[in-house]
Amino acid sequence: MTGSSWPLYEVFVRSKRGLNHVHVGSLHAADDETALRHARDLYTRRNEGVSIWVVRSAHITASSPQEKDPFFAPSGDKVYRHPTFYAIPDDVPHM
Amino acid sequence: MTGTPQGDTLPLERDFEATIGHDQRIEPRDWMPDGYRRTMVRQIAQHAHSEIIGMQPEGEWITRAPSLRRKAILLAKVQDEAGHGLYLYSAAETLGADRGELTEMLIEGRQKYSSIFNYPTLSFADVGVIGWLVDGAAICNQVPLCRSSYGPYARAMIRICKEESFHQRQGFELLLTMMRGTPAQREMVQDAVNRWWWPSLMMFGPPDDASPNTERSMAWKIKRHTNDELRQRFVDITVPQAEVLGVTLPDPDLRWNAERGHHDFGPIDWSELKRVISGDGPCNAARMARRRSAHEDGAWVREAAAAHAARKTGREVAA
Repeated sequence: MTGSSWPLYEVFVRSKRGLNHVHVGSLHAADDETALRHARDLYTRRNEGVSIWVVRSAHITASSPQEKDPFFAPSGDKVYRHPTFYAIPDDVPHM
Repeated sequence: MTGTPQGDTLPLERDFEATIGHDQRIEPRDWMPDGYRRTMVRQIAQHAHSEIIGMQPEGEWITRAPSLRRKAILLAKVQDEAGHGLYLYSAAETLGADRGELTEMLIEGRQKYSSIFNYPTLSFADVGVIGWLVDGAAICNQVPLCRSSYGPYARAMIRICKEESFHQRQGFELLLTMMRGTPAQREMVQDAVNRWWWPSLMMFGPPDDASPNTERSMAWKIKRHTNDELRQRFVDITVPQAEVLGVTLPDPDLRWNAERGHHDFGPIDWSELKRVISGDGPCNAARMARRRSAHEDGAWVREAAAAHAARKTGREVAA
């Protein structure tokens, strides 16, 4: 049996309070609990984190990363969602 | 994605080239040419194997480190090498490589690791010289890889480079301490430098005119500088460091060339690199045997953990 028969987990680390968890990499582990321990040993050897999430890679649903993907088309043509779309005279204060 | 019929890949290929042309990163699920994927897997795997095998030469000194302080430092460093190997295997897996298979390929000798780890560590000064020269050369190689076109590899390299800096500094400090010690200690340092200098220069790979893949790797931005450029940079960085230490680099032709703005250095024995890469270095057999036995001796741990996980899952389902 090789390590690869252990499932793959993705690891997310919160580097300090006030920040989001950020994806840092992956690892193999037999179960959720050992995945957390391995993640601690592998990704936080120098105080890089105050909190870790691990999730089985197989449980992640992802969009296709191609930027031309029609999946993201609905937001592509709605420039009026951005504040810069609106012309306001320069002398209007606090806007 | 690799199954796309040939006629349809042209627009994909154009997108891929455009992404690289704009200096943007290729991410795991992007379409990429098979050649790019193969090259990346091979390079990342070889790099990962090097980190894992690289634990051995220094690991041999953990039990013999001269003080608790040095032992703790060395333990942390060897643990980092394991970590670097795992970051890299993780990056290779994003390309569809299987970690178990990569390990098999290493222990069956079908994939290579850096030739440098096939040299023995004969004295404790070697630990310092590995940190200073070997990790120093690795840093020269790896800093540009932080901008490699493949996202997961570049991100792994950023983590690795941050940690390598501790490796190099601990090595230099160790040598500085020995150089301030007894004449015998100074001799040990010089002897270690004599043995590691040329193999360190070989770490950058064959000269540019004998490195057939360089051109394509540069075009794909897998590689940012040629082997000879990086080797020259390493020599230029290292010479003044050697002066601070008070050691002599074992090359009678080594001197500053004001015209070039670089140090000239003597010819490298490429037949030695060829010999060591093809398996005939001083420690190749021992390194491979050690890696294989570690893998096989650890099998029961992997099995026990899997059995525990299966039993726990069964309990949860029952409850």
